Amino acid sequence: MDRLLNVITGLSALLLLIVLVSVRRAHIRVEYSVSWLLAASAMLLLSLDRAALGAAAVYLGIPDSPMALFLIAGAVFLIVLYRYSLIISRLRDDNVALAQRVAILEYHLQNLRQQGAAAPPNPPGR
Amino acid sequence: MQASPGSLLIIVPAFNEEGAIGAVVRSIQQSVPGVPVLVIDDCSADGTLARARESGADVLPLPHHLGLGGCVQAGYKLAYELGYEYVIRLDGDGQHDPQDVPRVFETLRKSGCEMVIGSRFVTENGSRTGVARSLGIRFFRLILRPILGKAVHDPTSGFVGVNRRALEVFSKSFPLEYPEIEALVVLQRRAFRFEEVPCRMRPRTAGRSSITAVKSLYYMAHVLLGVFVNVLKYDRRLRRAQRDAG
Repeated sequence: MDRLLNVITGLSALLLLIVLVSVRRAHIRVEYSVSWLLAASAMLLLSLDRAALGAAAVYLGIPDSPMALFLIAGAVFLIVLYRYSLIISRLRDDNVALAQRVAILEYHLQNLRQQGAAAPPNPPGR
Repeated sequence: MQASPGSLLIIVPAFNEEGAIGAVVRSIQQSVPGVPVLVIDDCSADGTLARARESGADVLPLPHHLGLGGCVQAGYKLAYELGYEYVIRLDGDGQHDPQDVPRVFETLRKSGCEMVIGSRFVTENGSRTGVARSLGIRFFRLILRPILGKAVHDPTSGFVGVNRRALEVFSKSFPLEYPEIEALVVLQRRAFRFEEVPCRMRPRTAGRSSITAVKSLYYMAHVLLGVFVNVLKYDRRLRRAQRDAG
C-alpha cells in the first residue's frame, strides 16, 4: 500500500513539475494551468498525509486508502477534463465565427479592389 | 454580386470537389441563367477554388476547414449581409439536379414557407439510396414526425431553399456538423414552416462520399442529441417566457 501511495506521490510531483515548466515556457497559459496545479497539489498532499487520506477513505466508505485516493483522483481529473471541454467548445464556436468573418471581409475587400481597379483613375490635382 | 428586391442566390458548399464543381456551376448557370452562384470553398486541398473561379462562380474561400455546417452558414451570413431575399443550396458533388432549382424557388416565393426542401422521396422518381442510409432516413422520419408536427420525407436532403426570415435565423445560429436535420428543428421551434418538393438525385460525378459505417453511427448519435438539445432549449425558453408573462 505504501509503495502505491509513493508512486502516486511521485506522479503528482511529476505532474506539478511538468505543468510549472510548461507555464514557464509559455506552453500553457497561466489561467489554464490552475486546474492542473490544484489537482496535482491535492493528490500530492493526500498521498503524503496518510491521516487525511484515511479520514477521506472512512468518509467515502472505502476500506482501502489507496483506492480512495484513486477515486478522488479520478473525480478531480474528470472535473478538470469537463472544464476543458467547456473551454474547447467555446473556443471552437469563436474560431468558426472568426473564420467566417475573415472570409466575408476578404470577399468584400476583393470586390472593393476590383471596383477600384475598374474605375478610371482620379485626375491629378483633385 | 449585389442583391435586388426578391433576388435569389445559389450557394454551393464544396470541399475537395475539383472534379465536379466546374460542371455543377455551369449546369446551374444553364438551368437558371442570370442567377448568381456562390461557391463556398471549405479550404479544399485540391483545385476546387480555381475550378470554381474558372467556371464563372463567385467564390467565398474559408481560411480553414470548418465542416459542412460552418461552410453553409458562412454563405448564409454573406447572403444576408448582401440583402438577398432567397437562397438555395446545392451540394458541390453534382448529385443535385439544378433543373429542379426553378421548382424550389417557385415554391419558396409562392408558399411563403421559410424553407423548401428538394426531396427525393415525395414522389417515386427513380432516386436510389443505400440500405444503411435508407434505414437512417426512415429512423429520422419517425423521430421528427412528432417534433415537427408533420411528416418530412427527406430530412437529410442538402437541396434546400430558404427565405430571408430563415436566413436571418441561420446566419446567427446554425448547426456546425450535419446541419440538415437540426436546422429543421431550429426552424420549427420558431414556428416557421417548411415544404417539400420532388427533386431528382443523380449519382456522384466525381470524388467519393466521406460517409463510412462508423461515421454513420456517429452521425445518428450526433444528430439525435442535437435534435433533443434543440427541443429542450426551446422548451426551457418557452417556460421562462410564460413565467415572465404570468
